[in-house]
Amino acid sequence: MQLHRFHGGLKLADETEASTADPVLVMGVPAKLTVPLGQHIGEATEACVQVGDHVTKGQRIGQSKGYIAAHVHAPTSGKVVDIDLYPVPHPSGLNAPCVVIEPDGHDEWGDARMEPWLDWDTRDLRALRQRLRAGGIVGLGGAAFPTAVKLNPRAGQRIHTLIVNGAECEPYISADDMLLRTAPEAVFEGIRITARLLGVERVLFAVEDNMPEAMRSLTETLPTELRDLIELVSVPSIYPTGGERQLIKVLTGQEVPSGGLPADLGMVCHNPGTFKAICDTVIQGRPLLSRIVTVTGPGVKHPRNVEALLGTPFADVIEAAGGYAEGVDRLVMGGPMMGFAVHDDSIPVIKATNCLLATRPQDTPAPGPVMPCIRCAECAAVCPAQLLPQQLYWQAKAKDFDAIQDYGLFDCIECGCCAYVCPSNIPLVQYYRYAKNEIWAREKERHKSDIARERYEFRQERIEREEREKAERLAKKKAALKNKEADGDKQAAIQAALERAQKKKAARAEESAKDSDQASGSETTGEETSTTDNTRDGDGR
Amino acid sequence: MQQVLMALVPGTLAMTWFFGWGVLVNVLLGVLFAVAFEAAMVAARKRPVMATLADNSAIVTGWLFALAIPPLAPFWVTLIGIAFAIIVAKHLYGGLGYNPFNPAMVGYVVVLVSFPREMALWPAPSTLPESPLTLLQTLQTVLTGSLPGAQAWDAVTRATPLDAMREGLVSGRTVGEITASPLFGSFTETGWEWVGNFFLLGGLYLLFRRIIHWHIPVAVILGVAIPAGFFWLLDPDSFASPAFHVFSGAVIIGAFFIATDPVSASTTPLGRILYGAGIGVLIFVIRTWGGYPDAVAFAVLLMNMVAPTLDHLTRPRIFGRTRGGPPPGDDRA
Ligand code: SF4
Ligand code: SF4
Repeated sequence: MQLHRFHGGLKLADETEASTADPVLVMGVPAKLTVPLGQHIGEATEACVQVGDHVTKGQRIGQSKGYIAAHVHAPTSGKVVDIDLYPVPHPSGLNAPCVVIEPDGHDEWGDARMEPWLDWDTRDLRALRQRLRAGGIVGLGGAAFPTAVKLNPRAGQRIHTLIVNGAECEPYISADDMLLRTAPEAVFEGIRITARLLGVERVLFAVEDNMPEAMRSLTETLPTELRDLIELVSVPSIYPTGGERQLIKVLTGQEVPSGGLPADLGMVCHNPGTFKAICDTVIQGRPLLSRIVTVTGPGVKHPRNVEALLGTPFADVIEAAGGYAEGVDRLVMGGPMMGFAVHDDSIPVIKATNCLLATRPQDTPAPGPVMPCIRCAECAAVCPAQLLPQQLYWQAKAKDFDAIQDYGLFDCIECGCCAYVCPSNIPLVQYYRYAKNEIWAREKERHKSDIARERYEFRQERIEREEREKAERLAKKKAALKNKEADGDKQAAIQAALERAQKKKAARAEESAKDSDQASGSETTGEETSTTDNTRDGDGR
Repeated sequence: MQQVLMALVPGTLAMTWFFGWGVLVNVLLGVLFAVAFEAAMVAARKRPVMATLADNSAIVTGWLFALAIPPLAPFWVTLIGIAFAIIVAKHLYGGLGYNPFNPAMVGYVVVLVSFPREMALWPAPSTLPESPLTLLQTLQTVLTGSLPGAQAWDAVTRATPLDAMREGLVSGRTVGEITASPLFGSFTETGWEWVGNFFLLGGLYLLFRRIIHWHIPVAVILGVAIPAGFFWLLDPDSFASPAFHVFSGAVIIGAFFIATDPVSASTTPLGRILYGAGIGVLIFVIRTWGGYPDAVAFAVLLMNMVAPTLDHLTRPRIFGRTRGGPPPGDDRA
């Protein structure tokens, strides 16, 4: 298969050897589970249980309220002991609503468990979609976008290609690698389900060329009947090939339009972990309750992959990997390039937790002092979005938010390549995040004032319109009276009225409606206006 | 920047070999002044002095300036030039990274325009052992501004090949007659040719180490050579050959060491090509029809002015967009 390449990118050292030495360890149930309600990108999820409730394994505890949202389930059976704000893994470090469950140790599925669907092949697509939605599945690569949304293309959009993103997004992370080595069958089942849902013609399964074991396991287990559908493709491991847009470019040579989605090209892209979750939900009736987490870095004694229940404290996960090594000073969720530091290891594993990376001071030598930008353009040479990071940096510093958007700030995928190569050690991505937040905040403000202004203008216009209409009506009435007086011919008037009545009966079209309006006089119209008046005013206040 | 300094060494040594100790003396003075002014300005602006000096940019500025001026120029030429370069062109604009103009070239143009007599004192190229001045005598000349003993300036200095070419052409001789002088090597005067070769060596080293990109040097050289070649083919008697142009004066050092200063150059790939080509063409135009025999500094400064515009006009196509256009399908929510 002819592969393509994207601009820039970095060849980073592969750091996954340590964490792939041992099989995935399935962790037990911790003493307490703190399950955040918002574990996905999109609209809020609300708790649908109360403190004191007994919940069973797989019971829905968070109900999604919008379309772009995912339910949250109890990872085990137990008692809800609290629903409150707790620290969660998020770059902001803010607290968020969580359901705290004290496990009862039985790990029991309740009666509400979804029945297994071994015959999913015969179920209709609507039911399948509903089931996926019920499973609370989100993209497990780290972005945590609700999967059901991606599997429900907009009307008129045909998806012909399904892409399996087996390109691990960052060095150190090996969660997908291990999954593909150990459970390729479940991944293939998930692909089969998805392929049927979307009606795709082909599946491109990309695996990075530094994951030979995973590739071997896939080649060996690829079911014969899927051979025509699924193409296994080894792609060069250049960071960030794991980025959806970059991977699509590598595989197909096509670029997802800026501001658009892969679906615009007729493609949908998922991570192998997501396919496994799809398989679990559809076939076994098991919603998303746990995920594979890579626990690694020189800061843990025994790097490995674990399967942890959502809500398990980071500390327990680290413990499962042999505990911290001497002198650890930094814990990152995600990889070294795009992850963020967390300052509290009591926070829970969530659907987006693909990796925990612990390091000691000597492993991440402090970057040199930040120096002025010398416009060397090394950053532009590696930017996979083909931006000019140096210009974005100047514009962010100058708060020139129009220019920075013009230069493609929102095309920046925050991959960090630019900052990685910058000889002046400028934390470039921080500037871009700052500018993005600032622009969003301003847009919100503007949106608010726009709405206020619109309301005001609308009200003004309405008042003017009403006055105009009133004046017109008065004028008409006067004119009519005058006409009558002038005519004096009652016969003709009666004749006209009769004709009008006949017309009204005959045609129920719009024209007659107009006539009747004129005939029935001003009272009805007046009423109508006043009704609108009330509603609008109610809106306005 | 350290690599740049290393790359300057062979050319500088070659220059010393052909033009005497003055080259080295000037480089030392230039670097000394540059570092001193830099330290003073950084301290005055209350920035960390040592951390800033560590970027070596002041040394590069001082060094390049020293190579541009005649080897026997009196010390105060260097002092004034460097003062302008570091204080005005660099720090008054906000220091490294903020300066729109190449500091060394600003300093050079200031002294070139202010002290035309001193700036014409180029010694005749001869190998070091035959040089008329010893190291001590050179020091003395640079510090006092006059030659030791009763030597006359005319005895040690001579017109550069560019000057010779210019004056020869003005006085009606043909290019062939001018270059027939035994001093001329294959393209230009032997000494200048060798100096050019050694700077070329340093420049290739920078390319090889990926300290600089190919766009600017290649564009500068082609920018000089193509128009020069065109006119030379039209009329080889009144226009010097492209090789003469490329290897005379400061084209090589300008292409690899001066025009490639990232701060004041264009930063996009296409912008760099246009920027370099602009410098090259301007060098040829000013040399041929302008008032100065060499023009690298003017060309660089002129192109510095348009670099921001070039950057803006040559923005690369953003991933997922058409060139310069808004995102395709911008109408979608
Ligand atoms: S890599 Fe750093 S110093 Fe170089 S242009 Fe980019 S931001 Fe400036
Ligand atoms: S972080 Fe943004 S600007 Fe920097 S390299 Fe990545 S996409 Fe380009």
